[in-house]
Amino acid sequence: MGTQFIIQKTESAVTRRGASLSFFATKRRTVASNEEQFVRRVADRHSCATLSRREILLMSTSKANPLPARPLPSQVVKDDEPILVASAKAGDISAFETLVGRYERKIFRLAQNITQNKEDAEDVMQEAFLKAYEHLDEFQGNSRFYTWLVRIAVNQALMKLRKRRPNQVSLDEEVDTGEELMPREVEDWGPSPEERYKQSELGGILSSTIAELDPSFRIVFQLRDIEEMSTEETAEALGLSIPAVKSRLLRARLKLRQKLNRYFRRSENS
Amino acid sequence: MNCRSIVKELSNYLDEALDSTLKDSIEKHLEHCDDCRVVVDTTKKTIQIFCNSEPAPLPEDTKLRLREALVKRLRRVRA
Repeated sequence: MGTQFIIQKTESAVTRRGASLSFFATKRRTVASNEEQFVRRVADRHSCATLSRREILLMSTSKANPLPARPLPSQVVKDDEPILVASAKAGDISAFETLVGRYERKIFRLAQNITQNKEDAEDVMQEAFLKAYEHLDEFQGNSRFYTWLVRIAVNQALMKLRKRRPNQVSLDEEVDTGEELMPREVEDWGPSPEERYKQSELGGILSSTIAELDPSFRIVFQLRDIEEMSTEETAEALGLSIPAVKSRLLRARLKLRQKLNRYFRRSENS
Repeated sequence: MNCRSIVKELSNYLDEALDSTLKDSIEKHLEHCDDCRVVVDTTKKTIQIFCNSEPAPLPEDTKLRLREALVKRLRRVRA
C-alpha cells in the first residue's frame, strides 16, 4: 500500500512538472504503458521509498542500452557524432543523451586520472557535460565534439586539482626531474602481456600505475595516448609549447614502461 | 646512431614523426641492438595497452547523479 501511494504521488508530481521537464524520459513517452508496468515492478522490488519514477526509468535506460563491450579508441568517435551534435544543437535532447551515454565512462576516467579523487572526478564529469550542453551553440565543429568535450573536462579537472593542491600542480613551468632518460630495466614482455590479467585486474594495474606519475606527465600522457589527441591539440589544451608536450610525453611513456615492467616481463609469467 | 639517440627519438619514432633518413638510421641500429629493440617494443606495448584499455563501467548512482544534474540544469536553462 505504501509503495502504491509513493508511485501515485511521484506520478502526479511528474505530471505537474509537465512533460517538458522530463529530460531523459522524453523519447520513452511513446511506451508509456510499458513504463507504468516497469516502474511498478522496480518499485515493488526496492520496496521503495527512495526511488522516484524518473530514477527508475533512468535505471531502465542505462540497462537497456549498454555500451559495446570493448570499444577500441578508434571506434569511440563514431561517424554519427556530427549528426548527433547537430540534432542536439537543434534542441533534440535525446541526441545529447546519446552523446552523454557514449562518453560518460571515458570522461569519468579522464577526470579520475587527473584528479586522483572519485568525488572530484564525478564533479568534473557533471560540470563538463553541463558546460558542453550550455555552450553547444559555441561549438563550431572545427574539431571533433569529443575533443572539445575533453578540453572542457581537462579545464574543470585542472581547476579542481589546483584548488586542492595549489603548490603541487604547475603545468606552466618546465619540469626538470634530473632523472636519466635511459631505461634501467630491459626485459622482453612477450606478444600480448596484458592478456595474462583479467580485465578488472588490468584496469587496476593501469590506474594505479598512471597515478604514480607526476601530474604534469600524467595529463600529457592522458591526452596524447589515451584520448588520442594530437601534440598540437594537447599543447593548446594545456597551454604548453609543443617541445614541452613532446618532452613530457617521452618521459611519461618511459616511466610507465618501467612501472609496467614488473607486471608484464616474461619472468613474471614463468 | 647510438642507444642514447634512440631513446631521445623514441617518441617521434613510435609516432611516425621522423623523416625517412632518421627512421632508417634507427631501424638499422635496432637490427643489431637487442636492448633498444626491447625498449622500443615494450614502450610501444605500454602505449597500446593504455590506449586500448576499456574504462570501467560507471556506478549506477554516479550515472543517476549525472542525469539528475543535467535535468536540474536544463530546467534552469529553460526557465
